[in-house]
Amino acid sequence: MASDDIWILGIHMTKFGKHTDRDTVDLAAEAAMGALVDAGVTMRDVGVLAAGNLMGAAGGIGQQLQKQIGQTGIPVYNVANACATGATALRVACMAVKSGEVDVGMAVGVEKLAGAGLLAGGSRKEDHKTWTPSGRYGAVAPVDGRIGTETMPGVFAQIGMEYGHRYGGTSFELFARISEKNHAHSTLNPLAAYQKRFTLEQIMGDVMISYPNTRPMCSANCDGAAAAVVVSGSKLRTMSLEQQRRAVKVAASVLTSDPWEEACQILPNVNTLTRNAAKQAYESAGVGPEDLDLVELHDCFATAELVHYDNLMLCPEGGAVDFFQSGATWRDGSTPVNVSGGLESKGHPIAATGIANVWEVATHLRGEAGDRQIPGAKVGLAHVIGLGSACGVHILEKAAV
Amino acid sequence: MADRIPLVDYLILEDPPHLVANECTACGARYFDRRNACAACFGTEFVKVPVDPEGEVRAFTIVSLAAPGIPVPYVAALIDCGGTSVRANVINVAADPDHVRLGMKVKLATYSLGTDEAGTEAVGFGFEPLA
Repeated sequence: MASDDIWILGIHMTKFGKHTDRDTVDLAAEAAMGALVDAGVTMRDVGVLAAGNLMGAAGGIGQQLQKQIGQTGIPVYNVANACATGATALRVACMAVKSGEVDVGMAVGVEKLAGAGLLAGGSRKEDHKTWTPSGRYGAVAPVDGRIGTETMPGVFAQIGMEYGHRYGGTSFELFARISEKNHAHSTLNPLAAYQKRFTLEQIMGDVMISYPNTRPMCSANCDGAAAAVVVSGSKLRTMSLEQQRRAVKVAASVLTSDPWEEACQILPNVNTLTRNAAKQAYESAGVGPEDLDLVELHDCFATAELVHYDNLMLCPEGGAVDFFQSGATWRDGSTPVNVSGGLESKGHPIAATGIANVWEVATHLRGEAGDRQIPGAKVGLAHVIGLGSACGVHILEKAAV
Repeated sequence: MADRIPLVDYLILEDPPHLVANECTACGARYFDRRNACAACFGTEFVKVPVDPEGEVRAFTIVSLAAPGIPVPYVAALIDCGGTSVRANVINVAADPDHVRLGMKVKLATYSLGTDEAGTEAVGFGFEPLA
């Protein structure tokens, strides 16, 4: 292992679901202490902490966590980057190790969302008593519902529909079939918030949220946390053979934002920044999409999963529909996607998601994924999108030891 | 006091009603909001340009779950108006997938949001199917 490689030494995710009796700090502590035990180190060894809790972004979750599990005076970076918050925390820890400032870093993401409804566009202010222009558009009244939609199911529905307009082949049924796959996968994941298989008819017949996304085609709001301990290659060399054997190489850690394009300020463009992140990640890791044994991608809605097959270059440009219909993305296909159940059934506790998907991939690479193990997995990719936008891509490789 | 006011300042009510964009004089990028600079080329000079009132539905969704007070279902869409993308509702159409289609030709239409205490009527816009 090269001295300046970055490795995941320990990683942990909590059960996703409803944790009525536990607060964000409890969940973050379980994830962080679990990752430390998994890594075989203590807070004394950790040189930097990056932490995210999007809904409580002003609360300083990193220091709150330290006060429960270990105050050692190390720098804390509290990060907030929409649904890419967890991936951003991980990348901050990786950058700190890569820079040589520290040997060991930790990243934690946690969210409590069980029972939350629409996270954007969930409320609209009352109209004023007189029509008075305000804001950047000189609007005299709230515009959600009057000029398009601010809801996430609606925004991502349009993103999937736009792909269909460009390349053809999409339908309500096609998007529902993607959801059918992820719910089927979740039945093998004991940490998923929901482990229920749905028939296609059940998915299409469920409550319509924003056409073509019905309720089971939307990410599940739930509670959960995930944490990772990262270490430099030079430090890992001084550690036990068992630690070296279970360490997972971070072959690429990339974060991008959306470059300007026509329409990008009208309907968020989640495509170009994902494609840019994927290109950088494949180049940095020296692997191609054909080398991936599994992919965890950001299926915040069934309509989103389709476009990311293309954006991550898992299929030829414009070929996402054929790629899905070939069965490639089922767990027994050529490129298994979201074998965890994805955000639609594993759940989406926002700031935890970008570390939990890395945990899923790492667990397969270690050969520790139990009933849902992808046999012989050596390389995997984890992707998240935070609307606004931020894209995180991590490529992970099994240790050669 | 004007007796009619547009929902947003980029809707011009004069006949015929139309939308205006802030166009970057250096690179031609178009925006509907108040600008500090151009996100594409960092230029700081803009001119107001009219946007084609006819367009094509490039993406849509039918929103069934929205904030309290917003009538559902409604059609939210991305309209391609001759190369300028516009966010809008598709109005004067049944909000179901049998009546709204990708690629459907549409044109700008206005409607009243109601009259406030001072007697001013607010006017909103959407796009309706081209007859």
